[in-house]
Amino acid sequence: MKDLQSPIETDTGTSARLQRLETMLLIRAYEEQLVTLQQQGAAGGTCTSVGQEACATGVVAALDQRDRILTNHRSGGHLLARGADPGRMMAEVLGRIDGYCAGRSGSLHISDRELGVVLTSTIVGGELSMAPGVALAQKMGQGQPGGIVAVFFGDGAASEGIFHEALNLAVHWRLPLLFVCENNQWQAFVHRLETMADDAIASWARGHGLPVQSVDGNDVDAVYAAARDAVQAIRADGQPRFLELQTYRRRGHYEPDDQFYVDATELETWAQRDPIQGQIDRLRQQGLLDEAGLTAMQQRVRERIDAALTFAQDSPWPTTETLTDFVYA
Amino acid sequence: MTQMTAEQAMHLALREEMQRDPRVLLLGEGVATKNNDLVRDFGSERVRNTPLAEAIIAGTAAGAAASGLRPVIDLLFAPFLTYAMDALVNSAGKLRFMSGGQFEFPLVALAMTGSGWNVGAQHNHNLEAMFVHAPGLRVVMPSEPADFRGLLKAAIRDPNPVLFFADMALLYQTGEVAEGTDDGDHLVPLGKAAVRRPGTDVTLVSYAKTVAVCLEAAEQLARQRIAAEVIDLRSLKPLDEQAVLKSVRKTGRLIVVHEASGLCGIAAEIAALAATRAFDALRAPVVRLTGPDAPAASSAVLEQAAVPRAEAVVRAAVDLLRGGRQTPVSAVEEGLLAL
Repeated sequence: MKDLQSPIETDTGTSARLQRLETMLLIRAYEEQLVTLQQQGAAGGTCTSVGQEACATGVVAALDQRDRILTNHRSGGHLLARGADPGRMMAEVLGRIDGYCAGRSGSLHISDRELGVVLTSTIVGGELSMAPGVALAQKMGQGQPGGIVAVFFGDGAASEGIFHEALNLAVHWRLPLLFVCENNQWQAFVHRLETMADDAIASWARGHGLPVQSVDGNDVDAVYAAARDAVQAIRADGQPRFLELQTYRRRGHYEPDDQFYVDATELETWAQRDPIQGQIDRLRQQGLLDEAGLTAMQQRVRERIDAALTFAQDSPWPTTETLTDFVYA
Repeated sequence: MTQMTAEQAMHLALREEMQRDPRVLLLGEGVATKNNDLVRDFGSERVRNTPLAEAIIAGTAAGAAASGLRPVIDLLFAPFLTYAMDALVNSAGKLRFMSGGQFEFPLVALAMTGSGWNVGAQHNHNLEAMFVHAPGLRVVMPSEPADFRGLLKAAIRDPNPVLFFADMALLYQTGEVAEGTDDGDHLVPLGKAAVRRPGTDVTLVSYAKTVAVCLEAAEQLARQRIAAEVIDLRSLKPLDEQAVLKSVRKTGRLIVVHEASGLCGIAAEIAALAATRAFDALRAPVVRLTGPDAPAASSAVLEQAAVPRAEAVVRAAVDLLRGGRQTPVSAVEEGLLAL
């Protein structure tokens, strides 16, 4: 069952902005639920995107049904923004048969062909290696007409050599590919300032000769606007574009990484720039959201997550006879 | 039938499959440069030169394969596959499983390997067993031109990712290849071994260039009234277990020969197969004759010394038949002894 409460949308009106806020709330609540499950010992470790919800929400909102997405281990937001059912996602996290990948993916590698979220890789840079091929297939007629491909990765993946190989090929072969770098400042356990001389990934991308835009990744409206422009441009000329979204990974690399190595001031600074609270404040100031509206939204999200958890926990485990299913076609 | 080289047979297979299926495309370092006729007939969109960047070639193939195309990638020399390992092993090999069967990866990766060109260890490394160990992948390594054609055609049509290893020493050897029509008769199914010479006294299992070594040994053994059966595996994964077991049950003696190093190699797997599934039929210990655990040398003499020789196969077979050696030495030792 596709989740109809998060339609793929393309407008900038009030309802769309409220919808995007609700999507961000859903992503946050979903991932917090995964954290709780991990702490209870009910689920394995996971990688959250807490603090990065505006990136997923804004970019995915700028795509439409015919487009395809490749993502990575912080993929919960991309999937939920695309309209994935949190119940099936959570079932996957718990290793149950109703999960999107029949329990073979776990939290980190969820993909769903119908949603167009394809080929999730958790080998850092793996998504970048496959994205040109998906875009080549699109260009050669193996996709829905007019579709483009978006690939999400972080500043960590940008430090892999494959980043440059993928950009070079996409530019040279004129592939309809949107590179989305969520620069969340942390590369596993190392701050990016420790690993790169440059201040931003955008300057690396510019060297490959494609249009590059840097955006505040914690402002969902700004992300949406930039992504919409980039998507329109790709549809118009079939050539790749690059977005760098400046954001921040608010939790550890994985659960239960307690981030003892992160400066408390840095954490607090970015907490003050929380993408969800920021959007709530903006919508309130613009008179588009009141307390009752926000409460109702939060209530809906809570109910969906509760229902998702129930669905996931009720879903059966795979039978062990199916251990080697799906290996070979 | 017509005579052609293994390289020509591969080219014919590519041409036939590109003709048959518009989703087949060829990517790699110099594929357009070297195959003008394919560019002319199928267009530059389907025959693409790439940067010298194996990781993105293989990654692109994985992405394209999962999205409806059927790419064949030429990665040139097998050691370069290590750069392509992530895309082949982690993506193409695993994502069908990890996605619960949502995506398939019908791609073929071509790579040359083996002694014969004195190119040294970073261009010559028989690392086929590494890929046999990777779930989700198929691995083939033919020994004669007709199989280069038939296996490549079958690999292109297979819904799984296939590693196609071309033994350099065989590329310019000629053999008979059926000409003309593109029908199923010229397909060599994956997972099907071939009995190259029937025999009743000892089974010689091999693949690629050492099939000829075994055939030569069988010829010499025949002069000593020892009838060796020679089996060409052709596919290393899936392995034609029945062909091996059937032969071992008949002869009771098994010698496995390959150029790749022995530790955790194909020969070890074949030996284990015989020991676990045909132990009752074995009349002597299994012998492995393989290359050493050492990088391939460039010097012609040393390069050839790493390849099991017919004399070593003969000696091992004679020992087995006469019960002269109860604990056969490792292959390398045999190979060196035969020098």
